[in-house]
Amino acid sequence: MKTLNPLLIGLSAVMLGVAPWIINAAPYESTMGLVQKIFYFHFPSAILFLVAALICGVASAIFLFGKKASADGWAIAAAELGLVFGSLTLVTGPLWARKAWGVWWVWDPRLTSSLLLWMIFSAYLLLRKYGGPGSDKLGAGMALFGMANVPFIYVSVNVWRTLHPQTSVVPTLPTDMGIPLWFCFAAFAMLFVALLNLRARLEHQRARVEALYLAEDEA
Amino acid sequence: MIGSFFRVAWHVMRKDLTVEVRSKEVLLTTLFFAVSVVLVFSFAIVREGRAPDDVAAGILWVAVSFSGTLAMGRTFERERYNDTLRALLLAPADRPAIYTGKLLGLLVLLALVEIVLVPLVGLLFNAPILAYPGRLATLLALGTLGFAAVGTLFAAMLVRVRSRDTLLPVLLYPITIPVMIAGVRGTAALFQATPDLAMAQFWIGLLVFWDAIFITLALWTFEPVMTE
Repeated sequence: MKTLNPLLIGLSAVMLGVAPWIINAAPYESTMGLVQKIFYFHFPSAILFLVAALICGVASAIFLFGKKASADGWAIAAAELGLVFGSLTLVTGPLWARKAWGVWWVWDPRLTSSLLLWMIFSAYLLLRKYGGPGSDKLGAGMALFGMANVPFIYVSVNVWRTLHPQTSVVPTLPTDMGIPLWFCFAAFAMLFVALLNLRARLEHQRARVEALYLAEDEA
Repeated sequence: MIGSFFRVAWHVMRKDLTVEVRSKEVLLTTLFFAVSVVLVFSFAIVREGRAPDDVAAGILWVAVSFSGTLAMGRTFERERYNDTLRALLLAPADRPAIYTGKLLGLLVLLALVEIVLVPLVGLLFNAPILAYPGRLATLLALGTLGFAAVGTLFAAMLVRVRSRDTLLPVLLYPITIPVMIAGVRGTAALFQATPDLAMAQFWIGLLVFWDAIFITLALWTFEPVMTE
């Protein structure tokens, strides 16, 4: 684990450094032109945003029902990364939308539910920061409800009109667009894994220090 | 087993309502707050003596959720203030049954608030509340149930946490937005000039779906989160 993190960070740093050239070399999309290239960052962050939600929810369930204290560290790490990658998604999305659709924001189901998920992550972290003792269990309960909200994206798509491209677009991309996309995705994913590892380790060590303090007080 | 579950839930609900009947504190304050919310909206959006079309559904649901939050916070605050929460949790009863009793008590209170709130919104914003009373009542009942199911759980969990008064709405609104959307869209479908019954029916179905998810999750998590 310890040697893995610097490797992942180094590799993703190099890949993210090279990414602008690779994205530049990719062909222009016929109708949207240059602005479509934001997609190479938008898609990876959006996927990792959902992955973070999944990790946070599963870790919280394990913490709550499996009584594994270390799972809480993973949950909080995933929540913080969810907020970071969610913010990236919510910043790159409107930039693209302004050029492609002419507006910064539409109340499309996918946009709305991404914003909702971002709000849930923020609420979770506010609780963890200001809740004081006892907020870990509460946070886990909150995260479970938050995860249940994720499928809402797909339930309401058919009812609301949608502008957002379907997820089925990605597998059908031409190779010269697909390669830069998966290249960026790999770079983002490695960064995500490394940060998740580091943040969870920090949280575990914090919990250990706290336990040691308590043991010291009792002794 | 099932019998004892509902008996405990019934007793918890009756206890809450008995306290409430004697003081009327939560009911009166919540009711007044709900009316104030509607009035604040009236002043914010009415132009030249007329409210724009299609706002009644939104105002109704905002008033329900705002005032509901107030009531939720109070029901557990009372337990904390009198230091009776521990006794309640120590009682030889299923924790989910206690949760259910609390939820039922809250639902009765919110139903009383809505009985005043709905005619008021109908009156002030020209909403045809009597056109489809059954469907409107179903939407309100299901929406309130979903909202209160999450709210009761969160309010119970927050009792032991610092800054609980600010955290309840912070946690509750993002989670319950699907219920709000379904409630508002369904009610708006009934209130519009040519009511869209199929649409209302769809949102009612979605509300049933959400209520089932929220109640299952709440019953499931109440036990571990209330264990110290």
